[in-house]
Amino acid sequence: MLKRTPLFELHRKCNAKLVDFSGWEMPLHYGSQLEEHHIVRRDAGMFDVSHMLVIDLLGADAKEFLLRLLANSVARLVRPGKALYTCMLNFRGGIIDDLIAYYITEGVYRLVVNAGTAEKDLEWISCQRDESRLKVDVIARRDLAMIAVQGPNARERFWQANPAARKDSENLGRFSAAVAADWMIARTGYTGEDGFEICLPEGQAEQLWQALLVAGVKSVGLGARDTLRLEAGMNLYGQDMDESVTPIESGLQWTVDLGDSRDFVGREAISVLQPTRKLVGLVLRERGVLRAHQKVNTAHGTGEVTSGTFSPTLGLSIAFARLPVAVGLGEDVSVEVRGRHVAAKTVKYPFVRHGHSLIDDQLA
Amino acid sequence: MSIPAELKYTDTHEWVRKEADGSVSVGITHHAQDLLGDLVYVENPQVGREVNKGEECGVVESVKAASDIYAPVTGRVVAVNNELADAPERINQDAYDAWMFRLQPTEPREYEMLLDAAGYGALVESQEH
Repeated sequence: MLKRTPLFELHRKCNAKLVDFSGWEMPLHYGSQLEEHHIVRRDAGMFDVSHMLVIDLLGADAKEFLLRLLANSVARLVRPGKALYTCMLNFRGGIIDDLIAYYITEGVYRLVVNAGTAEKDLEWISCQRDESRLKVDVIARRDLAMIAVQGPNARERFWQANPAARKDSENLGRFSAAVAADWMIARTGYTGEDGFEICLPEGQAEQLWQALLVAGVKSVGLGARDTLRLEAGMNLYGQDMDESVTPIESGLQWTVDLGDSRDFVGREAISVLQPTRKLVGLVLRERGVLRAHQKVNTAHGTGEVTSGTFSPTLGLSIAFARLPVAVGLGEDVSVEVRGRHVAAKTVKYPFVRHGHSLIDDQLA
Repeated sequence: MSIPAELKYTDTHEWVRKEADGSVSVGITHHAQDLLGDLVYVENPQVGREVNKGEECGVVESVKAASDIYAPVTGRVVAVNNELADAPERINQDAYDAWMFRLQPTEPREYEMLLDAAGYGALVESQEH
């Protein structure tokens, strides 16, 4: 039996095409995935991301615990509401999950983790907590829903839909959140556009969704979420990384804070690692579509596409690929697509930010 | 969307139309494009290629998946619709108008053996439940 979010009936009424996503029955699209993609790049769209899990960590030792649990350092979170993107590693340096950690207030932190890894994460966090003997309560907030409103007009439309929230969220900087009662409004996202991710009590989710619809925000499915995040150069857990690879091999070295002597899980393994592979962007130079698991041939050896799609914004196919470290940017490689070798070029990603291509110069 | 009565169908969701010159046009059904979602790439066989019934001879790709196209009958490829290369979305807009390629059949009986609209409708029905 698939799990359903508080917004499930609404999706069904809106003729969403529903699919199994990590055990959740979620909207893939509501008609056209391409149109939904463009709406987020040009105007404002919203996603039901209530399948993701909010985990609250409460207690005097919460900070100390997270300094040990996460590869990025929560010591960077000084102002209440500040957010941090980070990996949670195992002792081999493999990625258990990628998540956002929020500093709410003294002794209160919040993690937002992936749906597919939620149970595993909870178990790992509780286990690490027990071993550390630190005083932290780990609370899974299944009572919260989450809606992401994204696009150049997303914030304005959100305030139209919910005028009372304007005061708290108007001056929020990027990667910061405002917390009031059971609501958290975070200026974060997974699309490369401006916007908010809103955590709220599940009983209020439908009302907010309806108000956003009235304010002109369109429903967008997980299909467009995938093309948007790939264009924006953001990794997808389970596809671009998992427990068999480290952040260094996944383009996420910037999220690993080795700046002090902080002893976090996975540090030792990462410190001695001599990576042989890295994650790069690919752009297909011919017609066709790059897909996960296609083989990539380079002058320095072979690799594999981890995520690939057709980029609606650029009108060509883009991908992430894990390739030998010696492969440089701007190199010509070939990808095996159904027995054919097609020409691609390595590029620096993100491919798209705030509606605009970032790869034009690299292809010239 | 109704299934046109004048066409024939395969169980792999191609439609087949008999043309006045004896060739057959081939496309994918409305149901197939609906399953795939927005199409972004079409690959057609080379004109002149001989294909056997059931042989892979093309690909359509949507944002989310790739799907092979199979020859509905044995024959030679006599024409391909090159317009689809630049406008694969035409298949989404009108699947029964957007033909992909034409075959000159060499085994006329194969055409008669294809599903009719009722038979294809029943197949779609059975796959949806």
